[in-house]
Amino acid sequence: MSEKTIKFKIDGKEIQGKVGQTILEAAEEAGIYIPRLCHLKGITPHGSCRVCTVKVNGRPQTACTQPVVEGIEVENDTEEITEHRKNIIDMLFVEGNHFCMFCQKSGNCELQALAYRFGILAPKYPYQFPKRELDATHPDIFIDKNCCILCGRCVQTSKDIDGKNVFEFVGRGPEKQLAVNSKANLAGTDISVTDKAAEACPVGAIIKKQEGYAVPVGKRLYDIKPIGSEIENK
Amino acid sequence: MSNENLKRVVIEPVTRVEGHGKVSLLLDKDNQVKQARLHIVEFRGFERFIQGRPYWEAPVIVQRLCGICPVSHHLAAAKAMDVIVGADKLTPTAEKMRRLMHYGQTFQSHVLHFFHLCSPDLLFGFDADPAIRNVIGIIKKYPELAKQGVLMRKYGQEIIKATAGKKIHGTGAIPGGVNKNLSIEERDVFLKDIEQMVEWAKGALKIAKDYTVENLDSIASFGSFDSSHLSIVREDGALDLYNGGLRAITKDGEKIFDHFNNQKYHEQIAEEVKSWSYMKFPFIKSIGPENGWYRVGPLARINACDFIDTPLAEAERAEFMAITEGKPNNITMAYHWTRMIETLHSIEKIRDLLNDEDLQGTDLVVKGKRREEGVGIIEAPRGTLFHHYKVDEKDQITMCNLIVSTTSNNIPMNTAVERVAQEYISGKPEITEGLLNRIEVAIRAYDPCLSCATHAMGQMPLIVSMFDYEGKLIDKKAK
Ligand code: FES
Repeated sequence: MSEKTIKFKIDGKEIQGKVGQTILEAAEEAGIYIPRLCHLKGITPHGSCRVCTVKVNGRPQTACTQPVVEGIEVENDTEEITEHRKNIIDMLFVEGNHFCMFCQKSGNCELQALAYRFGILAPKYPYQFPKRELDATHPDIFIDKNCCILCGRCVQTSKDIDGKNVFEFVGRGPEKQLAVNSKANLAGTDISVTDKAAEACPVGAIIKKQEGYAVPVGKRLYDIKPIGSEIENK
Repeated sequence: MSNENLKRVVIEPVTRVEGHGKVSLLLDKDNQVKQARLHIVEFRGFERFIQGRPYWEAPVIVQRLCGICPVSHHLAAAKAMDVIVGADKLTPTAEKMRRLMHYGQTFQSHVLHFFHLCSPDLLFGFDADPAIRNVIGIIKKYPELAKQGVLMRKYGQEIIKATAGKKIHGTGAIPGGVNKNLSIEERDVFLKDIEQMVEWAKGALKIAKDYTVENLDSIASFGSFDSSHLSIVREDGALDLYNGGLRAITKDGEKIFDHFNNQKYHEQIAEEVKSWSYMKFPFIKSIGPENGWYRVGPLARINACDFIDTPLAEAERAEFMAITEGKPNNITMAYHWTRMIETLHSIEKIRDLLNDEDLQGTDLVVKGKRREEGVGIIEAPRGTLFHHYKVDEKDQITMCNLIVSTTSNNIPMNTAVERVAQEYISGKPEITEGLLNRIEVAIRAYDPCLSCATHAMGQMPLIVSMFDYEGKLIDKKAK
């Protein structure tokens, strides 16, 4: 099948997408970074975090789920949208307990990196200080729900890539939280440290044990270049 | 003891110590000092807070205990975690990187104390106008010295950055080793200035030494008292700030215990709680809670070791010990001199390490048989620092006990204050600035880190309150 090109615009710039691509994917190929958190290559997009929100012909849409359509006008890097994204990131910070100063994901954390990219130094909303649990039962993987942002990447990765069903969400609204598909805890599931789900977490909620801080400050993913620059500098 | 007819003088906060403190003096109706207490507000919630956290986080989390010596906590916790992960012998690169970090920390901490906090007292005298007797006064009158202080501190901080990743709250030491080595480029930057640093360290030491020798008559009794001394020492008895067995000596230098296994420190040291302080009071078990307290820090270390393994500092140690004919020196103000001997030792050690190719090695971490309990003891700038953890099979910390150096020096500081107050305040109806400052000078000698992290630039407000024996405020002075 010959690939048909779909022409559309992002912030006035002409982009050529392909049939079946999302706006986020087409933008990425063209070297335009659309901030995202719940999106992860290879898993079914589920549009839950809303960080990738753009305006398509004036209407807000999630770029990670919205397919490219001939002739659409997409707004991405505008003051209004940036403000909207900052608010989401801000809320994600205050909803959980994020101790960046000693979190082992620091420097490799996508949430932290987005905050730096957007110049968020302190949240403007009040901290909620929720009570969250740890699950250290598994010999190789550690869950710290304090920093879970409910992005669903682990849930989806376990299903789509690992062919398992280790994680799920339970509860609704503010009560919603990450759970595991076992009566008791992570040790009761069939997750293995080599599963892709074990490295799907954008923050420090699911980490591999005993690895903490092995990468020195200065050499971590986002120590030198901001998140997104790997796409922009392609 | 009955507190009948006692007055209480409260001095708060103590200026130019790091953190906040409050001193109360109980006077009787004749203004005789009956009792002195240094109230230390200490954050004790930490040992609970860390429970449940995975063990490898400990070296990074614990640094938050203190903004003054985070590196010491980082390394003490890392040493405890070495035991947990069964790393009984680190690779040469890992051990030397950690040592470099530690000597960098000791160097910068001692330098900060000397130039910013103590030199005004030594160079201007205790009775000088407090408006001049501070670091700003030093900058004005001794600009060259002040400049050296700044550059030396910076040098130490850059070493911390190169080894830990950041100047404060780095991540360099990890269970079983380190996460980076020292690149040739990093090394060469330090080598360029190393001889200058050694020279300046000698100069600073000379100020402390000359001061002590010239004023020996007046300071010999200033806040001084006999005590035991505690430190870790190397297997051959050498001063070793990073690793060694525990040694405690009596005021006369007799060994109470020696080369004692760090993992079993609680067989020799116990801790007592007192109603008037949140702080615990550690003591040597075989002597008992009443008299078992001991001093830690530079004075205790120089007293306890048999020799120093770097030539310049060893020559200085010999000169220092000659003052007391080889016996332990129990003079409170001698802390300053010993602190500067250690500063010189640290920079000599840094020089040796910079010239050691092991620092460019790439073998950084070892692991062995996992354990459930580990103790890490290090000689922090202010004295012996104990970190003790239990970790369950799920890798979560279940118990944490810390004995920080200022805790060990708690009774010694109380005693020093009491001595000074008895000598200078008792019987004199008026409490002068000079007299009160003497109390601070005595406390400062111990370089206490009173709670966390207030760097007192120059003068902090000083409030002096006097209470009668019923606790009623009868006088108040502020400056
Ligand atoms: S990345 Fe699109 S909604 Fe999360």
